[in-house]
Amino acid sequence: MKTTSQQALSGNTQNELVYDHNHDGVDRRGFLKCMAWAGTGAFCVIRGGVLRSYSLGRLAEMDLKETAGELSFAQISDSHMGFNKAANPDVAGTLKAAVDKINGLAVTPEFLLHTGDISHLSKPEEFDTVEQILKSATPKDIFYVPGEHDVLDDDGKQFRERFGRGAQGAGWYSFDKKGVHFIALVNVLNLKAGGLGTLGQEQLEWLEEDVKPLQYSTPIVVFAHIPLWSVYPEWGWGTEDSAQALSYLKKFGSVTVLNGHIHQTMQKVEGHITFHTAASTAFPQPAPGKADSPGPMKVPAEQLKSVLGITDVNFIRGKQALGLVDSTLG
Amino acid sequence: MRRSVSFAVFLAVVVLGASALTAPPRNAAAVAPQKAESAEVKIDNFSFGPSTLTVAVGTTVTWTNRDDIPHTVASSDDPKAFKSKVLDTDEKFSFTFTKAGTYPYFCSIHPKMTAKVVVE
Repeated sequence: MKTTSQQALSGNTQNELVYDHNHDGVDRRGFLKCMAWAGTGAFCVIRGGVLRSYSLGRLAEMDLKETAGELSFAQISDSHMGFNKAANPDVAGTLKAAVDKINGLAVTPEFLLHTGDISHLSKPEEFDTVEQILKSATPKDIFYVPGEHDVLDDDGKQFRERFGRGAQGAGWYSFDKKGVHFIALVNVLNLKAGGLGTLGQEQLEWLEEDVKPLQYSTPIVVFAHIPLWSVYPEWGWGTEDSAQALSYLKKFGSVTVLNGHIHQTMQKVEGHITFHTAASTAFPQPAPGKADSPGPMKVPAEQLKSVLGITDVNFIRGKQALGLVDSTLG
Repeated sequence: MRRSVSFAVFLAVVVLGASALTAPPRNAAAVAPQKAESAEVKIDNFSFGPSTLTVAVGTTVTWTNRDDIPHTVASSDDPKAFKSKVLDTDEKFSFTFTKAGTYPYFCSIHPKMTAKVVVE
């Protein structure tokens, strides 16, 4: 239970900043600056089977040809609607900024992926706000996976009702777009003490069956909230049984794994599999091991633009891999 | 005869009362209510402090989330001995431990956060 004074403090932050301006790096001027650049995502282009991801902020500087492809979509992540602490007192504003960036792209992405932590506390009004803001995005098709903040206290029931799209089990599903097979996985439920993200046996069996009929040349894009590779297990940044899941994908020539959760961009290549994490539209988190805990990072306003992001993916048929590049909301 | 019986009852009451003062009662209902004990655990920087809390039977433990990020307090046992709702910043959860034992628990949102309560 919050005390009355704490509730009052939280209420005030909706309209004005009441934090210690000397120590949290955000003041009114900084906040407005923050509004100018925050709220990012990524533009993903699949070209020649290679997925490239561009930070939305960098796209303006790039040659259009460079970002052209057969299929493009945008990834946004970790909106944390409802968060109102010093690291970002206006997460709705930064999400809107991300949507504006997406709407301003020369090439309209065919759809959006949201890789989880849509809400901060799984409250209906938080989900409502995100849905409302995303209605203004030019791409009308939006695919979601839940983050651990979206399944609080109800094991994801509300998430599935809102965003399930005919999903199976705890909310996993797959779909095809222009010859690319997309797989949405759920690794934020039934977490065990001391453990990492978990897919679970039922989902693993489903995945094995889902990819069985596909040709080896089919480009695969997997998306899930918690990284499916071991980014930093000490902070829980990994998935217990991801190796089993990835073993079903080894036969494919081009596999891209898109995750959120860690609020920073990171990439890794392992054989035919490219791993990629997206920035948050809400607030940054520290690099692995660079702080006492993975809590929200308060950065000076002029740096914030470089740590929030959107990922765009563009797919070009013909080659064997996907290319993915990140961009920030600068 | 009557007198010696009542004296025995009197003795028994005195002995029971004395043992209740010196040793933790096996059955709390059989003795007069003790003064309620309480203890605190702070959630800070994605960790529970103290990570091991030792308390007497009957103690009410209160957890306070002092992080910017929500956490939960969930028993690691199956079935769970206790589980809080999600705790936002400055929210609290209390549980009274009525049986001796070791109670491991974790944050079900950030399962790397583990700790335990030892009840003696």
